[in-house]
Amino acid sequence: MSVIRGRAWKFGDNIDTDIIIPFKYKARTIDPQELAQHVMEGIDPSFPKKVRPGDIIVAGRNFGCGSSREQAPLAIKAAGIAAVVAESFARIFFRNAINIGLPAIEVKGISEKTDDGDVFEIDLYQGIVKNLSKGLTFKATPMPNMLMEILKEGGLVNYVKKHRARPQ
Amino acid sequence: MGESFVNVEEILKSEELTFAEKILTIKQVELESVKRAGEIAIVSVDLVAGQDGTTPLAIKAFEEMGGGSVWDPSKILFVIDHTYPSSSAEISNLHKLMRSFAHRQGIRVVEGSIIHQVILEEYAAPGMLIVGADSHTTTHGAVGAFATGIGSTELAAVMLEGKIWLKVPSTIRVRLEGSLPKGVYAKDIALHVIGRIGAEGANYKSIEWTGEALSKLSIASRATLCNMSVEAGAKNAVVEYDVVTEEYLRELGRSPMTIVRSGRKAEVEDELRVECSKLEPMVAAPSRVDNVKSVREVEGTPIDQAFIGSCTNGRLEDLIEAAKILRGRKVKEGVRLIVTPASRKVYMDALRLGVLETLFEAGAIVTNPTCGACVGTHLGVLGEGEVAISSSNRNFVGRMGHPSSKVYLASPATVVASAIRGAITDPREFL
Repeated sequence: MSVIRGRAWKFGDNIDTDIIIPFKYKARTIDPQELAQHVMEGIDPSFPKKVRPGDIIVAGRNFGCGSSREQAPLAIKAAGIAAVVAESFARIFFRNAINIGLPAIEVKGISEKTDDGDVFEIDLYQGIVKNLSKGLTFKATPMPNMLMEILKEGGLVNYVKKHRARPQ
Repeated sequence: MGESFVNVEEILKSEELTFAEKILTIKQVELESVKRAGEIAIVSVDLVAGQDGTTPLAIKAFEEMGGGSVWDPSKILFVIDHTYPSSSAEISNLHKLMRSFAHRQGIRVVEGSIIHQVILEEYAAPGMLIVGADSHTTTHGAVGAFATGIGSTELAAVMLEGKIWLKVPSTIRVRLEGSLPKGVYAKDIALHVIGRIGAEGANYKSIEWTGEALSKLSIASRATLCNMSVEAGAKNAVVEYDVVTEEYLRELGRSPMTIVRSGRKAEVEDELRVECSKLEPMVAAPSRVDNVKSVREVEGTPIDQAFIGSCTNGRLEDLIEAAKILRGRKVKEGVRLIVTPASRKVYMDALRLGVLETLFEAGAIVTNPTCGACVGTHLGVLGEGEVAISSSNRNFVGRMGHPSSKVYLASPATVVASAIRGAITDPREFL
């Protein structure tokens, strides 16, 4: 998963977690597939049907602001989205995304240079994001090592399993 | 552990370090070095809490991590508050999952009080490090704790190991000068500041609320400030320990863990001044918390529902303020005024003081303590195109019900004044 290639769905600034997955759905289930059927419903009810596995999201500032619900990145991941690229992320969303193994990549200046359907190639470990449709290359904000390690393991569950400090 | 290079006493006395730098330095699992803004500290946790919207996923992650027993059940708290009592069989099943896990692990489960109110009433103390699987965990800075929100998988990892890595946030200091005029409250201060710095203005940062106006603000009001700080993205928020904190803890029979004060010469990223005497009642207009206007600008906007409750403004002083305005008056016909006390204690205190009677007599619906209406799950879900004024914390699209419904956030006083008129109203005309 170090190189991701997919077409982009573009969203604006301040996409909050109530838009990504309304509480009424996340209250009743923890099944990622059921959550995925309602992802982004608050802004585009047809989104869950349009999205294809391997697609990516490109968004503006403060993506994932609001509630701490991990169901937000989980619904995005379960819908098949391979990565979220944004100008900036709200902190809890960012941390949750990495913890469930969904790459969340901060790239300044990417939003205005992206259109729906542009094809991207993302080299996670090098921090390089390429818009292949437009022939543009962006540098991602470097991620703390600890986060990269968690991402490499596919999330915090696997990371803890592997590195668990406390003997049972 | 090797030789420690950190002298805790010296750290606490330092005038060069912020609150966040001090507390995250002294809470390190291994006191390896002083941690400045931007550095990562691995810290031990004094309390970790989860609610019914986030804990079921955490339990699943905990089992996937290998399960076994939790690190210390006495430092873990589950609260069933978001949909309480449950409104569907599916939700009941998730509540059952929480209860059975907690029972097996020896974890306390509180049902039917809002998580942050429970922590304020029964746990939070100066110098504690609290993490909670709920974004409004920032509330507990009101008593001088470092408190921040996390997600479900993180909750599972903390339950397993009792520690967490945190990047030390840089600091924004908000200095509250002067004192608040009548009819203007902590909520109005919070909305004013969020309007100024924006929904992302404090992202990843620590907000230190300071200044002379705080001396007249109760712990409940300070909790409102720290609670709303996350709406500007803050990682944590804090009000320094003072006589108000001391008095509050004494009444509850609780003592500080450690008193941590921000250094006077500490380097902060930004400093904001708020002249409180110049503030007026504010709202956050739909559908962003930083879309802040004065009540005057939106006065007369018709409403269908008025809500007083939530971890932001569902405390006793909020209900008392509402009752003061409603005494001898009636809620406008056709408008629903829903009052949801934040905890069973708040409910009981308000009951004994006759506050609930006043509210009920004026036409309010008094519900059991829950997050219900605020998160749009039950007990006040908005219909298509409906407009609400709410003392809660978020007005996002669809937050309180139908995606076409609209929410204005305001102080409890503005909420009830608006409930009387059936339209957004400045509370000062009733005071």
